[in-house]
Amino acid sequence: MSHWSEDTQERARQIIARYPEKRSAVMPLLYLAMAEEGYLTGDGMEEVARWCEITPAQVLSVASFYTMYKRERTGQYLVSCCTSITCMLLGADDVLHAVEDESGVPHGETDDEGLLSVEHVECIGACGAAPAVQVNYELIEGVSPEKARELVQWLKSARPDVVNSDEMQELFGARRSFDWGISEEHGAIGPYPAFQPLGTVGSEVAD
Amino acid sequence: MIDHPDDSHTISRYESTGGYTQSKRALGLTRDELVEEIKTSGLLGRGGAAFPAGLKWSFLAPARPAYVIVNADESEPGTFKDRQLLERDPHQMIEGIIITSIANEVHHAFVYVRGEYPKPARRVQAAVDEAYAKGYLGNGIFGSDYELEVTVHLGGGAYICGEETALINSLEGKRGEPRLKPPYFPAAKGLYMMPTIVNNVETVSNLPHILAMGAGEFSGLTGNADTGTFMMSLSGHVSRPGNYELPHGITWRALIYEIGGGIPDGKELKAWIPGGASAPWFVPEKHLDLEITKDATAAAGSMLGSGAVIVMDEDTCMVKAAERVVRFFAHESCGQCTPCREGTTWLEMILRRIEEGQGRAVDLDLLIDVSDGISIGLAWPPKMTTICPLGPSAVSPIMALKDYFRDEVDSHVTNGGCPFHAHSEEGFVPPLEGGPVERSETEGGRPPEVAV
Repeated sequence: MSHWSEDTQERARQIIARYPEKRSAVMPLLYLAMAEEGYLTGDGMEEVARWCEITPAQVLSVASFYTMYKRERTGQYLVSCCTSITCMLLGADDVLHAVEDESGVPHGETDDEGLLSVEHVECIGACGAAPAVQVNYELIEGVSPEKARELVQWLKSARPDVVNSDEMQELFGARRSFDWGISEEHGAIGPYPAFQPLGTVGSEVAD
Repeated sequence: MIDHPDDSHTISRYESTGGYTQSKRALGLTRDELVEEIKTSGLLGRGGAAFPAGLKWSFLAPARPAYVIVNADESEPGTFKDRQLLERDPHQMIEGIIITSIANEVHHAFVYVRGEYPKPARRVQAAVDEAYAKGYLGNGIFGSDYELEVTVHLGGGAYICGEETALINSLEGKRGEPRLKPPYFPAAKGLYMMPTIVNNVETVSNLPHILAMGAGEFSGLTGNADTGTFMMSLSGHVSRPGNYELPHGITWRALIYEIGGGIPDGKELKAWIPGGASAPWFVPEKHLDLEITKDATAAAGSMLGSGAVIVMDEDTCMVKAAERVVRFFAHESCGQCTPCREGTTWLEMILRRIEEGQGRAVDLDLLIDVSDGISIGLAWPPKMTTICPLGPSAVSPIMALKDYFRDEVDSHVTNGGCPFHAHSEEGFVPPLEGGPVERSETEGGRPPEVAV
């Protein structure tokens, strides 16, 4: 009686098998639910409740605790600007304002089209090359206000199916916290992190 | 530990430099031998609390199944060392997991990676897959009859899950709220109420090296009580920010001016946060020539914590910096304990009021009073009023304002605004909305009126 695709259901079964108790799979399954519908709906949470054999209220108690489970419609691209202490010291507030101004979307909101959401977030672990911005949790380091504007324009015009840290770093970033040097083809296709266990990844696109 | 060629994340590169030989050797050692070796090495936990790792292992209760959890929920502002270890050297950590598991007779380990780290998580998962394919994980590791499963788990964006009991709740599929200790010491009642070891990424990554070089040589890397090398994340107003692997015992002056290249644009150093956003701040007049060791830092009233050093130059507004640090803790408070939930929010609002030019002469005393309610006497280490140390951590910037920057707070009040920033309507970032705790009612309120 699942609303999920057969592929997603198979992934849910595999994820649950990785934990000693079903309830432990709540968090990865919530990401699966987001990948199915773009954000976390009541139906999605009920589905997760069935898989984990707990109540929907218990699922909601988890979903509402963590900032990355978006329970409101979120844009195809979630632009998260870090404004924590180190990024702030190096001009992150100006980067956030540039993103808000260029996109016309105040932080905490989504545009009418459902393309862009903007938020400001606490430390995302890129302090060595602040300020940092993430798009769908794919990281860009060393972002200037001007480059932040270009990033918004690029998302609006190019509308990439997959956003990838390496590509965006090349286009809109500057220095990095440490030398990454290793290109990676994986990226995110929605406002949730491009990672799922077991190598088979819905939100992660190879090739 | 952080010397990385381009393919450093692959198993072939890791093995070409002797990788996995120590985990294989560990299979032939007894629990007592392994625990003793790590105890002798003097390895301190690298997650922030600096608890002796070997001692932690020795406390593990005998009941089984037991679990190992690697805490990769790195979220402390200023800290980005674990990200490098996860991305660039995941096999080093996996080998450490194997050693930890063998030493503690554990057959299921978890790596809890923070949700905002999808790329590091992908790297770790790929490395785990490689290790399974090689027979280093799974049924019968290294051809023995020892079974070890490793599950990579992605967090949901909550700093508090870096606290070990909150992490355990989170891994059980619950809200990431810390548990009371006692009785819920992970070594006795951890994951699924079974004995559990929770170690930081960097701690675990040290283990293959300790076995390879021997506890004696490892502890001899520095000439003081803090053994081994230590990763420091240097950020803020320094010319060469980045992660540095250093022996304990150099001075702050050497770290900031020699290693970090000093303050850009020839500016003066004003203050720095020595051990992540939780740590009480240091100032050059008093602390620049102190040695970077656990004991020297504690004696000066702070901590090395996660090893994150945030440097601030002379043009930094201390009120704004304090507000930004406090805002973090207000946002990340899980909401269980009233002193933290309410106190951090009030601190944030009062600081914002001062920064925006609406501060009053009594506001510093009010900040200290509210802080006293979270962390009695603003002592360090804090006298706890809460289940976990998150609330008392928010008090650290207030201690700095009280001890070193009273004049700056006063000038905000007398000038009716920030002397460093011209504030406009859009010049200020409002607080985050939502977050782990619904705080709409308090956010809409105003700081309490105080009779002058």
